[in-house]
Amino acid sequence: MSIQNWARLGLLIVAVAILVSGPYWASRGTMRLLIEVFYFLALAQLWNLLAGYSGLISVGQQAFVGLGGYAMFSLAMFAGVPILFALPLAGILTALIAWPTAFVAFRLSGPYFAIGTWVIAEVYRLVFAQIPALGGGSGISLPAGLVKAMASGRSARESLIYWIALAIMLVVVLGIWIVMRSRVGLSLSALRDNEEAAVSVGVRTRSLKFVIYIATAGMTGLIGALIFVQKLRITPEAAFSVTDWSVLVIFIVVIGGIGTLEGPILGCILFFVLREYLADLGAWYMIILGTISVVIMLVEPRGLWGLILRWRNITVFPVTRRK
Amino acid sequence: MEWVNAIVQGILLGGLYALFAAGLSLMFGIMRFVNLAHGDFIVAAAFGTLLFVDATGVNPLWALLPIVPIMMAAGYVGQRLVLNRLSGKDILPSILVTFGLSIILQNLMLEQFSADSQRVSAGALDTSAISLGGGLTVGTVPFLLFLSAIGVIAVLNWIFAKTAIGRQLRATSDDPETVGLMGLDKRHLFGIAMALASAVVAVAGVLLAIKTNFDPAAGPIRLLFAFEAVIIGGLGSLWGTLLGGVILGVAQGLGAQIDPGMQILAGHIVFLVILVLRPQGLFPTKRGS
Repeated sequence: MSIQNWARLGLLIVAVAILVSGPYWASRGTMRLLIEVFYFLALAQLWNLLAGYSGLISVGQQAFVGLGGYAMFSLAMFAGVPILFALPLAGILTALIAWPTAFVAFRLSGPYFAIGTWVIAEVYRLVFAQIPALGGGSGISLPAGLVKAMASGRSARESLIYWIALAIMLVVVLGIWIVMRSRVGLSLSALRDNEEAAVSVGVRTRSLKFVIYIATAGMTGLIGALIFVQKLRITPEAAFSVTDWSVLVIFIVVIGGIGTLEGPILGCILFFVLREYLADLGAWYMIILGTISVVIMLVEPRGLWGLILRWRNITVFPVTRRK
Repeated sequence: MEWVNAIVQGILLGGLYALFAAGLSLMFGIMRFVNLAHGDFIVAAAFGTLLFVDATGVNPLWALLPIVPIMMAAGYVGQRLVLNRLSGKDILPSILVTFGLSIILQNLMLEQFSADSQRVSAGALDTSAISLGGGLTVGTVPFLLFLSAIGVIAVLNWIFAKTAIGRQLRATSDDPETVGLMGLDKRHLFGIAMALASAVVAVAGVLLAIKTNFDPAAGPIRLLFAFEAVIIGGLGSLWGTLLGGVILGVAQGLGAQIDPGMQILAGHIVFLVILVLRPQGLFPTKRGS
């Protein structure tokens, strides 16, 4: 390994160690914020895998956040599954539902795929609003007993949720990195750069996109399950919110830099910094975010990370061959 | 009788959806471009109508006079200055820019007009009704709306079939490179197409304001209805789009008849079923490829 790679590994280990020890140094407020950072970063990386690497521009990932959340609540409340087991199960269930969903969504391509996924997410929202057992349109709370059974005491539970969120985020980021360095990653890059040429050398476009879509949905469902365990309450509006789980996630990726692993991290940090200072502005906050992302798409479609690359050719997660 | 009534109301509602859809269909047909802010532009035109009526106190239909040209000019300029820079093989930038634009527009309207639901009154027209015989009556406003949808689509079809500019637009749709070789400016033609689509958006917005309540967040659902009508009808045919709108409207009307909570859902489900069974739409035109 080169010195550069050792330095990279060292930095990564230090960063992970600092984050893992979070419950020992962070206040409750900081931990809540970090949990949110983790799941937004994971959602952003997953959306980036779809749109930036696989050409599947979805505006409907909120479908899987919501399905994961509702699967989690249903498993815990009706099947009596302990929350810690219900979390991964909710992810698997979401992936299973994503399967037939993909058959419908893949009837459309390009921009129509984007709006089609949005329609499908709306269908799930409207369907869950019609289920009385899950509280219909006004939603339902996780019974306190089930939540208490997660861990002994409130701070232990919060630490547990923190670590799970961190673990999911790390699995997503490192997982996508590993995938992008593999044969699959090479196929995806080939598809993105020139679909006809990729197909002509034997990349199986459709099945590859299909698998990516379902795997992404499953992970998104797992994140959704965790989000609503933390929130303790789920409503169709919150679970299938296009603003929270698509608009903000897309802004994070676009501002940071689509089609790179570093971009969403940068975008996520910037997003939370901006939110700390601008969230009080309400509608203007969204106008500012929207304007930044539109300007970035017009000026430098590779995002802020692309601007950094113009200045210096650096990489945190190398996925291409060194030149 | 209730069911017949639900179907008739659904057909008339379909006219409005066809108007929403015609602009979207035009943009995709000529520029291979989907505007995710389409619904928000319709709502912006509706708010424009509200401002106009508040300022002048005249019948809201007069709002067409300022709003149509304003939207056309904005469409042309926006296409030349911004959207033309995005047209190319990669669809990602245009989707993401119009998506950002959608959020900006929604929040600007929210800032300007608050989240309250608004409505523009068309005076006596609001409550007047036309009897179709057999105990069936329809509101004058929905009926006029349906007629204007037919009118708008007829005019668009006439432009495409009979005029020089329509021929140039069709040629651009088929093969933009060759159109360039013939000495026509693709950027200008795209601007014209966007102006035409914006005129339809303006009409749809003014009629939306008269027909129903709207608020700053009402755009996305209009985009979805427009999209569903286009896909149900089949790409490339404006009359197909009208039928797509009618099918969507009837599905929603029947859904609402079963249960008020089912109205929107029934429309979505009919759309998804048609998408699975007949992804090319019900009335696709075979042109070019």
